[in-house]
Amino acid sequence: MEHKHPVEAMAGGQGQPPVLQPGYTFATITDKISAIVLTRQTPLGWFVGVGIAGMLSAVLLYAVSFLMYQGVGIWGINHPIGWGLAIVNFVWWIGIGHAGTLISAILLLLRQSWRNSINRFAEAMTIFAVMQAGLFPLLHLGRPWLFYWLFPYPNTMTVWPQFRSPLVWDVFAVSTYFTISLVFWYIGLVPDMATLRDRAQNRAARMIYAVLALGWRGSARHWHRYETAYLLLAGLATPLVLSVHTVVSFDFTIAIVPGWHSTIFPPYFVAGAIYSGFAMVLILAIPIRHIYNLEDMITDRHLDNCAKIMLATGLIVAYGYIMETFMAWYGGNLYDKHLIWNRMHGPYRALYWALIAINVGFVNVLWTKKVRFTPKLLWFVSLVVLVAMWLERFVIVVVSLSQDFLPSSWGIYIPTRWDWATFIGTIGFFALCFLLFIRVMPMISIAEMKSLLPSSEAKAPLESES
Amino acid sequence: MEESTKDELVQIRPSGGTALDLDAVRAKLEAARGPQYWRCLEELADSEGFEELLHREFPRQASEWVGGDFSRRNFLKLMSASLALAGLSGCTKLPVESIVPYVRQPEEIVPGRPLFFATAMDFGGYAEPLLACSYEGRPTKLEGNPEHPASQGATDVYAQAALLDLYDPERSQTSTYGGEVRPWSSFVGAMQGPIAAQKAAGGAGFRLLTQAVSSPTLLAQIRTLQQTFPRMKWRQWQPVNRDGARGGAQMAFGQPLETRYLLENADIVVSLDADFLASGFPGFLMHTREWARRRNPDNPAGMNRTYAIESTPTNSGFKADHRLPVRASEVEQYARALASRLGVSAGGTARPEHNAWLDALAKDLQKHRGRSAIIPGEYQPPMVHALAHAMNEALGAVGTTVIYTDPVVEGPVSQAESIKELVAEMNAGKVELLLILGGNPVFDAPADLDLAAAMGKVPLRIHHGIYQNETSVYAHWHVNAAHFLEEWSDTRAINGMVSIVQPLIAPLYGGRSAHEVLAVFGGQPDTSSYELVRAYWKSQYKGADFEGFWRRAVHDGFMEGTEFKPKPLRTSTNAFLGSSLRTELSGKGPLPLPGVEGPQVSSASRDHSFEIVFRHDPSVYDGRFANNAWLQELEKPVTKLTWDNVVYISPADARRLEVPPGQDTTMVKLSYRGREVEAPLWPQPGQPDGCLTAFFGYGRTHAGRTGNGQGFNAYQVRPSDALNFGGGAKVSKTGATYKVASLQGYQALEGRNIVRAAPLETYQQNPNFAHENNVAPPRQDTLYPDYQYQEYAWGMEIDLNSCVGCNACIIACQAENNIPVVGKYQTLRGRKMHWLRVDGYYEGDPANPRMYFEPLPCMQCEDAPCEVVCPVGATVHSSEGLNDMVYNRCVGTRYCQNNCPWKVRRFNFLLFNDWNTPQTKMVRNPEVTVRSRGVMEKCTYCVQRITNGRIAAEEADRRVRDGEIQTACQQVCPAKAIVFGDINDRNSSVRRLKQHPRNYGVLEELNTRPRTTYMAAVLNPNPEIPVINRQQQPEQNF
Repeated sequence: MEHKHPVEAMAGGQGQPPVLQPGYTFATITDKISAIVLTRQTPLGWFVGVGIAGMLSAVLLYAVSFLMYQGVGIWGINHPIGWGLAIVNFVWWIGIGHAGTLISAILLLLRQSWRNSINRFAEAMTIFAVMQAGLFPLLHLGRPWLFYWLFPYPNTMTVWPQFRSPLVWDVFAVSTYFTISLVFWYIGLVPDMATLRDRAQNRAARMIYAVLALGWRGSARHWHRYETAYLLLAGLATPLVLSVHTVVSFDFTIAIVPGWHSTIFPPYFVAGAIYSGFAMVLILAIPIRHIYNLEDMITDRHLDNCAKIMLATGLIVAYGYIMETFMAWYGGNLYDKHLIWNRMHGPYRALYWALIAINVGFVNVLWTKKVRFTPKLLWFVSLVVLVAMWLERFVIVVVSLSQDFLPSSWGIYIPTRWDWATFIGTIGFFALCFLLFIRVMPMISIAEMKSLLPSSEAKAPLESES
Repeated sequence: MEESTKDELVQIRPSGGTALDLDAVRAKLEAARGPQYWRCLEELADSEGFEELLHREFPRQASEWVGGDFSRRNFLKLMSASLALAGLSGCTKLPVESIVPYVRQPEEIVPGRPLFFATAMDFGGYAEPLLACSYEGRPTKLEGNPEHPASQGATDVYAQAALLDLYDPERSQTSTYGGEVRPWSSFVGAMQGPIAAQKAAGGAGFRLLTQAVSSPTLLAQIRTLQQTFPRMKWRQWQPVNRDGARGGAQMAFGQPLETRYLLENADIVVSLDADFLASGFPGFLMHTREWARRRNPDNPAGMNRTYAIESTPTNSGFKADHRLPVRASEVEQYARALASRLGVSAGGTARPEHNAWLDALAKDLQKHRGRSAIIPGEYQPPMVHALAHAMNEALGAVGTTVIYTDPVVEGPVSQAESIKELVAEMNAGKVELLLILGGNPVFDAPADLDLAAAMGKVPLRIHHGIYQNETSVYAHWHVNAAHFLEEWSDTRAINGMVSIVQPLIAPLYGGRSAHEVLAVFGGQPDTSSYELVRAYWKSQYKGADFEGFWRRAVHDGFMEGTEFKPKPLRTSTNAFLGSSLRTELSGKGPLPLPGVEGPQVSSASRDHSFEIVFRHDPSVYDGRFANNAWLQELEKPVTKLTWDNVVYISPADARRLEVPPGQDTTMVKLSYRGREVEAPLWPQPGQPDGCLTAFFGYGRTHAGRTGNGQGFNAYQVRPSDALNFGGGAKVSKTGATYKVASLQGYQALEGRNIVRAAPLETYQQNPNFAHENNVAPPRQDTLYPDYQYQEYAWGMEIDLNSCVGCNACIIACQAENNIPVVGKYQTLRGRKMHWLRVDGYYEGDPANPRMYFEPLPCMQCEDAPCEVVCPVGATVHSSEGLNDMVYNRCVGTRYCQNNCPWKVRRFNFLLFNDWNTPQTKMVRNPEVTVRSRGVMEKCTYCVQRITNGRIAAEEADRRVRDGEIQTACQQVCPAKAIVFGDINDRNSSVRRLKQHPRNYGVLEELNTRPRTTYMAAVLNPNPEIPVINRQQQPEQNF
């Protein structure tokens, strides 16, 4: 078998689109990416986007203010359904974040250098998604101003959190995740900040980028340390991809509630997280590459790869559903059986069937090349997948609680306008953060893109084998 | 600042720029929920004028400050003037209010320690003996008087909730004349003229309208009044009256009598449409206690067997071993048919399919001669009561299980006639002075009498009551009454025992008792009720030491020796039967049974014509408690509905009319005898076909903010000739639906092993039946190490057999633990706060199901799922095994609530407790934290009582004795279904019960090892009675 150099493999061939269209040099890559931030006129769409996202963020602010004023009773939660949209959204957002970390860390360690063109904004997506996710556990507290009691801080009363509670584990998992993601993202940004510093015309911009560049001069020693730090952080972030959503799933599996108390949750949550995360990556990548003419750098190859990962994780999720149903029958537990019955026939059956139809059935359209290579179709599929994954969390959180052990306590949860306002508000806030990000920072890693060029091969070989 | 702006600021705008919009004010007030204080109408209208007023009002020169010249001279001028004025106001002589602390502690009062005073509540003429808990002169909880045989420590829901009425900020606070505030003295003055005029006429135009009266002092006052005004007439009206019972006694004995049932001696209890196990039934507490004692299958005297023939599903009917749903009008026929089988020739035919049932019942009764009781229902006509008397006599029950005494309540035989005569006189213009003592007749009198219109023909109308209600609107004078916890009075219990009602607190709003009002008409306007009551008893007391007698009576809460002796009416059946009964019986012979001929269903479907039954609401009673939020939010025993009344319809009729079950009820126009009202239909399992039951007491318009506009007013269709039931009611759908708030959306067991029950025979063969198919894991199947309990380990046992589902425990818990009410809207959204609930589960055919009542407090698990998941350790295991809730530490993740399989944890989703109204602060138990928003709360086994008990025991250097500590729910329970105590104590009754084979844990298969466990129910069916329509699988959603 003829051995092929990895950089050449990036170039495509054999019916595969390349990872970077040919014809780029070090200079043109820098020009193209930094121009988006520094010189190119900001597209009108960006302003429209910021306008809408800003308005939705204002909705979030309003909803949160009213929540603080009035209490969580403005939401639809009740007895017996103590957790509603807030927790659904928390799980959903944190799941979305996972794709970014997977792309930036795991794919780096696995030397999937095609990731270089999407890792930057995928990481940004992670950070912003985790920001939204982090809001919800805080807001859903009955007394949110006491949230810090969940942290083990030294106090005169010598009261500690109750470490047996998965919610405390959650605090650690999510805060660690956010910190690592932020540091990883920032470290990756440093060489690009220096590039922008050097190229910026505006004095203020130059100074800001200069500060952010941490005195980067591009010396060999800098590069060496940078690479080491980056690799180390990738190593740190990698287990988090698996652990964070596992811990999130513990919130449910530790509980006694039928439909929550299940050992399949950790792997199935992680797969679901990556599944929805890649859907979000595609939702963002497809319009961005179109608007900023980045088809050369975020090529059909990237979309194809993302779609394939979605398909694979989606099928794992589907397997999870099948096993859940099977175990309910096989296990013979009355309450588990009722849970499945309730999902299928209860008041929320429409949501359950929609989710099954999408995650077990509809996701299989990704087997066809045509869907994977038609960005518009792919975008639509991703959107549907995101909706389905939100529904999945709704079914897990709400439907399980609505009918558990004692029929006398069964109830129903209907989200109120405040539930929805908070959710839609976070979508707006997420979009706002993301739009500001692509305006002021290079959304594709300039430095890492260069390593995809054949000319980089001699000086800085990516692969040491061969 | 520009010069021109300055001028504008200084310039005084003309006051009252806009006219006062009264409609806006009214709309605003109607929309207001909770207390809203306002200074004047202008403020409410938000008028500019008021803004101006606020701006200018105080201090007078303040507005000038912002403009004008800021010269030193001016400043000094204003300052000196202000100082001088301040000094002037200091010269005002204010009344001296001494705030001297106790130098010597008043006897008995220890701040923070409650005192208990005996008193009594008069309810429908019957005393409920009470022991009121008082903190520094503030009653906070009512308990039953344990010494009094009519209570034995228990109370019903009304007595528990009456406390809230005391502190109701919307109680009538002043006397009024034509709606304007008048002092008591001006009422007394204004009465002098009319009294003199009436005295001259011998009281010909004077009418007194009261409710049922048993108070000896009041009766004496009325008798004196009748001497002063010989032609005065005393009328009585109560929407829930005892006309049937009194008429029945009149028929059977020729005199009104009180019937008491000694259910302790009864092997067989038969209810003829009697809800004798529900709050409101005379003697409920005694009957329930005794019935429950004989309900125990381990009772050496044997377990009783209960039959119910009833027209409306009640908890009494569901507690029966055999329940036969028949129409209210058929009950008499069934009573006759049963009487005929027992040797009283009364004719009567039952439906053919029920003959076997009646035969078996008759046989069973014959088998237990002298040990049975047949209880006729309060809403049944005199004939049914007379038949019951005859049957009890025929069965030799009189003297052993049924005794007759003098009537507790004095007055006319028929209140229905009494009110009818009154209205006729009013319409004829014969009434010049109408004094209404208590009650709300304009709201609750029979609809066809149109009392409101008749009121207009009376020149002087006086209403005395604790609320400004629908009747006071039609009265010239309204005199605000004292609550029974504010007044001196006396009353009689079902056994005739007199209780002195002593006040626990000075009248909050200066209310006057009925005694004082009557004294005005009796010529003693300045006599206090204390003097009146005391004077009466002084005149009655024959002994030497009156002071000692009085002190003792007040202290004990009852007078020894005043109970009525059973009347020796045990003669042969024929001599015993009153002549009137005999003629009635022989004269009529077997009557054609209404509605038996031909298939009922088809005739009903043609015109949707139904028989209608009127019943009082289980919560708000006849409407008097409409403004009582505790009772409004209390689940009705059977339907678990709150805040609304409904019309029952049978499931079969509902299907035919396409009325779906559930909280989205179908609104119908209910028309009866030409009057109509819109009401929600509620398909009720166990309701007889072709029969509707409408509950009255709702639809109040002048109850207050809590009660106004809740439910519909069934009185609007309740005519005087069919007060209790009648045929020919029609319903037609309006097309609208109406949401009612149920506390329990699902009442099916779904095949779960939550309620365990077996027939007596099974229990005797296999006492361990509750543990058949037991899936409880072995003790050691847990990862957690055992807790060690050195001192106490509290536990609770609830006997499903005894529990009658009366709900008294729920209100007791609410009063004890400062549990807030949330209102209908929040109830609908699932935010109920009750720590203790009574689940009701149906079993069997919806046409005639069985229902199990299961009270659910916190299980206080050993391995509690709630404790593990709390991230801040706000719920922790105590050294005595309680799952303590640390409110201060709770951040409100609600994880514990999710993880509680029994869902007994309650979250303050919003600020549910009222922190502002001063009166609401007074009702609270000072020993229990008032919870704020965002905090989880739950049953604590009344930890404050446990702590008090433990401290008392430690002071005496001993262990807590068994039964010394009672939880609120346990204390109030008339059936003694709840037992609480120390499981570590080898001899405690709770430990004994936990070793009983019937003991089981609800959801014990989860291995959380609950501390609250249950005694499985045992039924005692008659093997000779065929099971009618019994399916094993319950129907969904019924």
